[in-house]
Amino acid sequence: MAISEQVRAECRQLMDRYPQDRSALVPMLHLLQSEQGMVTAEGLELCAELLDLSTAEVRAVATFYTMYRLRSQGGEHHIGVCVNTACGLLGGDAIFDALSKRLSVSNGEVTADGRFTLERIECQAACTHSPVVTVDWEYFDQMDIDKMMDVIDKLEAGEEVVATRGPAVRGWRAAEKTIAGIDDGLGYKSDAIDSLMLAGLNQAKERGETAPDPKDF
Amino acid sequence: MALTPVITAHWDEPDCFTVDGYKKVGGYRAIKKALKMDPDDVINIIKDSGLRGRGGAGFPTGMKWSFVPQNDGHPHYLTVNGDESEPGACKDIPIMMANPQALIEGIIITCWAIRAEHAFVYIRGEVPEPIRRMHAAVADAEAHGFLGENILGSGMNLKLTVTSGAGAYICGEETALLDSLEGRRGQPRLKPPFPAVAGLYSAPTVINNVETITSVPYIIENGVSWYRSMGTDKSPGFKVWAVSGHVNRPGIYEAPLGITMGELLDYAGGIRDGHELKFWLPGGSSVPLLLQDHLDTPMTYEDIAAAGSMLGTGTPMLFDDTTSVVKAITRWLEFYKHESCGKCTPCREGTAWITGSLERFQEGVGRSEDIEGLVELSNHILGRSFCALGDAAATPYEPALKAFRSEFEAARHQPVDEAFPPAATMIIPPETANLAGAAT
Amino acid sequence: MTAQAEGEAADTDLVHAFIDGQPVSVPKGTLIIRAAEQVGVEIPRFCDHPLLDPVAACRQCLVEVEGMPKPQPACALYVSEDMKVKTQDTSTEAEVAQKGVMEFLLANHPLDCPVCDKGGECPLQNQAMTAGRTTSRYTLPKRTFPKPINVSAQVLLDRERCVNCQRCTRFADEIAGDPLIDLMERGAEQQIGIGEEPFDSYFSGNTIQICPVGALTSADYRFKARPFDLVSVPTTCEHCASGCATRTDWRHESVERRYAWEDPAVNEDWNCDKGRFAFKYLSENRLTTPLVREDGQLRKASWPEALRIVAARLAQAGSRSAVVTGGRLSLEDAYAYGRFARTDLGTDNIDFRTRPTSQEEQDFLASRVAGTAGPTYADLEAAPTVLLVGFEPEEESPIVYLRLRKAVRKHGMRVFSIAPFASEGLEKLSGELLATVPGSEAATLRSLPDDVAKELRADGAMILVGERLAQSQGGLSAAVALSEQTGASLAWIPRRAGERGSLDAGAISGLLPGGRPITDAAARQEVAKVWGIEALPETPGLNLAGIIAAIAADEAGAAAAEDSEEEYERSIEALILAGVDVSDVAEPAALQRAIDDAPFVVALDIRPTEVTAAADVVFPVATVAEKSGTFVDWEGRRRPFAITFPETQMFSDATVLSLIADNLDHDPAPRNVPALRAEIEALGAWAGERPDVPQVPAPPASPAGDNQTAVLATWRLLLDLGVTQEGAPYLAATRRPSVARISAATAAGLGIGEGDPVRVGSQTGSITLPVAVTEMPDGIVWVPTNSPDSRVTESLGVGAGATVSLSRPTDLTEGA
Repeated sequence: MAISEQVRAECRQLMDRYPQDRSALVPMLHLLQSEQGMVTAEGLELCAELLDLSTAEVRAVATFYTMYRLRSQGGEHHIGVCVNTACGLLGGDAIFDALSKRLSVSNGEVTADGRFTLERIECQAACTHSPVVTVDWEYFDQMDIDKMMDVIDKLEAGEEVVATRGPAVRGWRAAEKTIAGIDDGLGYKSDAIDSLMLAGLNQAKERGETAPDPKDF
Repeated sequence: MALTPVITAHWDEPDCFTVDGYKKVGGYRAIKKALKMDPDDVINIIKDSGLRGRGGAGFPTGMKWSFVPQNDGHPHYLTVNGDESEPGACKDIPIMMANPQALIEGIIITCWAIRAEHAFVYIRGEVPEPIRRMHAAVADAEAHGFLGENILGSGMNLKLTVTSGAGAYICGEETALLDSLEGRRGQPRLKPPFPAVAGLYSAPTVINNVETITSVPYIIENGVSWYRSMGTDKSPGFKVWAVSGHVNRPGIYEAPLGITMGELLDYAGGIRDGHELKFWLPGGSSVPLLLQDHLDTPMTYEDIAAAGSMLGTGTPMLFDDTTSVVKAITRWLEFYKHESCGKCTPCREGTAWITGSLERFQEGVGRSEDIEGLVELSNHILGRSFCALGDAAATPYEPALKAFRSEFEAARHQPVDEAFPPAATMIIPPETANLAGAAT
Repeated sequence: MTAQAEGEAADTDLVHAFIDGQPVSVPKGTLIIRAAEQVGVEIPRFCDHPLLDPVAACRQCLVEVEGMPKPQPACALYVSEDMKVKTQDTSTEAEVAQKGVMEFLLANHPLDCPVCDKGGECPLQNQAMTAGRTTSRYTLPKRTFPKPINVSAQVLLDRERCVNCQRCTRFADEIAGDPLIDLMERGAEQQIGIGEEPFDSYFSGNTIQICPVGALTSADYRFKARPFDLVSVPTTCEHCASGCATRTDWRHESVERRYAWEDPAVNEDWNCDKGRFAFKYLSENRLTTPLVREDGQLRKASWPEALRIVAARLAQAGSRSAVVTGGRLSLEDAYAYGRFARTDLGTDNIDFRTRPTSQEEQDFLASRVAGTAGPTYADLEAAPTVLLVGFEPEEESPIVYLRLRKAVRKHGMRVFSIAPFASEGLEKLSGELLATVPGSEAATLRSLPDDVAKELRADGAMILVGERLAQSQGGLSAAVALSEQTGASLAWIPRRAGERGSLDAGAISGLLPGGRPITDAAARQEVAKVWGIEALPETPGLNLAGIIAAIAADEAGAAAAEDSEEEYERSIEALILAGVDVSDVAEPAALQRAIDDAPFVVALDIRPTEVTAAADVVFPVATVAEKSGTFVDWEGRRRPFAITFPETQMFSDATVLSLIADNLDHDPAPRNVPALRAEIEALGAWAGERPDVPQVPAPPASPAGDNQTAVLATWRLLLDLGVTQEGAPYLAATRRPSVARISAATAAGLGIGEGDPVRVGSQTGSITLPVAVTEMPDGIVWVPTNSPDSRVTESLGVGAGATVSLSRPTDLTEGA
């Protein structure tokens, strides 16, 4: 599976964003993972070549961060269940167990059909929205088992599944490309602000509370 | 104390995140003011405002900026820390999604003040939505001439690069973030030299939290006395509070520092019906837990410290009486074990050891000698690890033991899931019997 | 600022502090852990190493510092004025902190000390005894890993023993410039690992030595011995002119391992893998008794018999003898050969340079090097700019490379290299290439870019020339001229450990010990006095080329059967060869013919060779482990070594020569090292006038090759087929692969690409190697001189600068 010239060009495009090329390594690994479904030896070698590093240095970085898969291909969709305290105890544990049972995989594994990777994940910075699940790293907030089963049903049926704060999911590899910093054209398109983010604003409006008026100062 | 929406004031506008939407509500006015000022005067305003870093440590922002050597012939950098990963913290990502233009305006003003021509927003990797939105917001700002060459005719040039991590809590530590941004393993650096002197690419670098920088344009626009009319003398200003856990109305609340947890809890609709507050953490998992008694403590750096905890990120998590404290802190320790970078011995070995011991309590086979032993082990990490992650990992156990010793005693013999049935702790308990079975 | 000025600044810039109540004054910028050592307080440590940048990772060295809220790592905090430090000796806080860290380190450490190579010399084991608990409180399952893994053929890693101190990875990155090992994974799973290629660094063995636990072990030494069963001897590495202090550990008359030994002025704490692992040759395949030729066959003989035969033949030959020594002799042995030739044989026909060489080089050595004290490692480290000419430090003098790298890293030294391409070593020095076709070095030297020439005028700048510059006409002359024009100091860095000593000892025609010209009456007189003889030859004798030519002429002359008196005087009746490998010279066939044709040949060697096979009498001699002696490193610094096996029955070369002298009934010659050293010391260096420097002009520019021919570039790799590396398979497995380097255009012209075989041919033979397309001038081909599938002298019979043919091997087949 050769890495295309286009991906090489995108790697160089990432390198151009920084005063020093090596800064592009973390995004580049996302990009290569997006291209190849995991970080391959070939991917490590390409990074080493472009950034003038040893493959040991590249591997050292790739194995440090949890989002890179170095041992096997990831599934079509990545399902992450937050099991840190606020999400896990409030429902995430049960959701994970239900998913694990339904998909017949345990933490970090890919379903036999290659459709799903299931992973216990750490805090997603959305504790207000617990329990949080991610599908292809998009937010699925305040989830429960039923809602999650519905999401899986739809994904299995190939139907559109829209994140609670974010776009319709597009597959894990597409998400990895977005994370790498390659424009997916969706930046302003999705509904990323929900009622929980507006909880305080709505309360303030209900109660007629505002910040002090600058004119008074 | 009243809510004071500032950063969040217009999040209900459909285009609040665009340049146009932001300008409609007064955005990009502060920049015009700031770029006409001497950079040092900008620093002084921020110093005078008393703005403190919102990433957890609460370091005075203006002072941090003033450490950057001026006219030293080196490039300077601003790095915005959007690596929000601390359990409980969930305010920066909403800000980047809902008000990225205020963040960008804050970045421009900060770069003007510290004489930087290249800034970075480092966003944790696991969140494509804020990543794509920040990229779009930067493109939008570039298109409007707020970024790039000779901004608004001021002669200022600024390149803003949005970059992402790949799953490492430690990269929220500022020097680890710099290493990650340099394409390395995100392990903290030896200090000194401090980043203000030798940071990114060994050049003077300011690292500030997303919320901190987003506060800047409002301070510049509305003035120090306006800003200081909120909060306390030592903890001035407004703050984006993210309230989570067993509350009826979790979410984002913006109010001055000094508001009490009790007041915030009232806005958040109280603890879920039929339950009592058991314990709460003012700002992330790295701070000691507090109890019902502390609901009236003003949420300021100084008052929360006096109460024996830390304000941290100002993102309180509240747990009700169905929650096993053993299980809660075990999860946090599992987190620190998972996120320990491995560089120093106390954190690398200590988090694994404490976690393993706590997991035995969770399973009902806790060891008697560990009840006090884990305090000692925690103290072997506290103050001896390389960076604050180790200190954070050493924090949860002792306050939990102090407040809920009997739960640890019981967990020598009884699995916590028996004493605290998991379904009771869930917000929406599983209804299907077979799935409930799977959950235990 | 010069090194000296820095030193002075430091002296006036002392800070004063207290460690455990003891006052200490140290230069500003001294770490607490170093300052404590000065007052005899040892703070335990793992990650700390004085030559590596501080990381403060292991936390074992935590101490209490007054005014600081938390214990501080002594390895990373600099002493400041009036600082009050309390270590584990006087502070409970420090003691408790250190014990806590020790408990964490031991929690997962396996209790396999009885089977661990490090047991008995293990910092973790030792510190566990002082700061550890007698029993572990850790009751969880220990981390385990499959063990061990090969990070290279010769370095093994037992991951569960590792304490993540990162000494090895920091060494590889900071010191060697080979970041081929790194930390992998994170947190409790963090471990040392490699990428897609093994840890094939020339310096990899140092990581085994500095590993503070038994995580890194040597494939060669693993499970061989316990440290307390070994006898340690301070030695000097015999493999190159870097002059490393080493420690040889032996038992049962067998060397078990070698370590780098600390010498801050020379090798600091390091050595290279050749120095560390290439010692099997000392015991394998040895000559043990004298051999004499009878009826065309060599047979074992007693010492008296062999000595009698040799004495009789040498007495006949007298001054019609010649002495050729390899480049591996100790100073004392080389001196003995020089003395033997002049006093016992009455000849000046002697040369130690068994390698491609030139008269120009001989003149250069006589005028600028012999008996001088040149620039030092310290000068090298302080130099703002260094120009390398025909010299690959990493391959030829690895410690010079490390010192250059240190200077590049610490103060931004600029390195320029006159070579056909930027070698891996040059790239690791961030060096700048002045691309030069072999043979055109003089031209490059005489037309340096202005900025380079300007840099060389800076205070302390240096020019380093290597042995292969001798092959390039006018090169050394131009280097001398450049040195004189710019003021940059000039150092000659030979490859072999014995070369500089042999030069200083006078084992070369025209030069007596200490750089004395044989043509100078006063010089001769000084030497004659010490040697207790009346007179010395007054004119220079033959060098190696002359000796070979003389023997060839004798053969021709014998055929003509017309000996004039003069020809008789110049003829060679007896040839003494010491440690000579025929393939070392540019034209091995010519030397082999000379050996075959010489009427009488005596060989002294440690092992059977082509030379001993052709000799009439063979004497076995001692290896460096069986004698004491001195090497003289490239600086001109004496590097004495002790005898490793004191019970040995082997004689040193000098002893054998003295026995021959006895059999000649000559005055007794000094036989042992103290006596030889006394004479060498008594002579000292020549203070008189030195010969003129060579002024060989640059040759006319020779055209680079075309599609069918190329100019040959070649040098030896550090790890190759050298005889002293025999018997070390793990070391051999880390050699750099043999490749032929050509430019992209040259490759394209041949219609071949990366990795395809290319045939390099001459009149005598050919070499076929895979192509490594390299940024270099077109029309040049580089191959390693003495590597697998690439033995240049034997196959091609030519040296660098020669024109060779280039072709696709298939063309050859088609042609045939």
